[in-house]
Amino acid sequence: MRVSVITFPGSNCDHDAYEAFSSRGHTASQIWHKDTDLAKPDIVILPGGFSYGDYLRCGALARFSPIVSELVKFARQGGMVLGICNGFQILTETGLLPGALMMNSGLKFICQNQYISVQSNNTPYTYGLLQGLPLMISIAHKEGNFFADSDTIKTLLDEDQVIFRYCDAEGKISPLANPNGSIDNIAGICSLNRKVLGMMPHPERSATDSVPGKDGKFIFEALENYFQDRG
Amino acid sequence: MIKARIYIELKPSVLDPQGKVVTNSLHTLGYQSVLDTRISKYIEITFEESDELIVTKNVTEICEKLLANPNTEHYRFDLETLR
Repeated sequence: MRVSVITFPGSNCDHDAYEAFSSRGHTASQIWHKDTDLAKPDIVILPGGFSYGDYLRCGALARFSPIVSELVKFARQGGMVLGICNGFQILTETGLLPGALMMNSGLKFICQNQYISVQSNNTPYTYGLLQGLPLMISIAHKEGNFFADSDTIKTLLDEDQVIFRYCDAEGKISPLANPNGSIDNIAGICSLNRKVLGMMPHPERSATDSVPGKDGKFIFEALENYFQDRG
Repeated sequence: MIKARIYIELKPSVLDPQGKVVTNSLHTLGYQSVLDTRISKYIEITFEESDELIVTKNVTEICEKLLANPNTEHYRFDLETLR
């Protein structure tokens, strides 16, 4: 896989994402936000962090970086983009994904291990994963409270675009297992063409042997299987 | 010069957790008649331009392109001519 990880001023999970892919033998490139060439990737990663200091709204200013117009073009032509945490916020602000990430209902920054349940394996990122499989993947955000109007939520459900929901260790999805107030426990959604995924949890932080939680590996393995099976 | 005073407010359908906490705090302070609190953003932009029509057009574009998120926020503004 050829992976391009974009670094914005204020990104802080770009190296983790780079490491997660390159340690698995993939060709990873680090792309500065002022660059205008995505380096012919199979997949682009928008990493977590605080692009532009979260000024105005999280992710709102990143879309004015030169590379983002290339990214939007890439995605509109069917390219794969994975936005993690701040990357998810950037995807909603650029309009590549619907909805918005609001302040957590508890008003606090939450940094913890969190279970999420795979809701659909019809994406490259969850390819072959069992539906309902609970994955323990860390979250670290203050603005992760997914919001969309009722029409948008209905479309997301009708089109099977809700990919991850917050759950407990047994995979039960309930208000108790919802860390941030997201509508319907939504932790990750994909685009209509299934190629753009935004998620608040950090699979790149839960994917190497140096950390206790390793369930992020399931997502990297799913991507690898997806690319292998389609040749 | 014209100064635009811009208010970015959460749509009524969007929950405002900050406002909710402030309402609770005001109740604790004894203001039991407080029903609801909504927290918004206030932005001032000064233009080197004296034509209100042009500034109105610019501010509308600025709000729609950047300052407000149409998924969650409304905007409104008024203009003040500075001497």
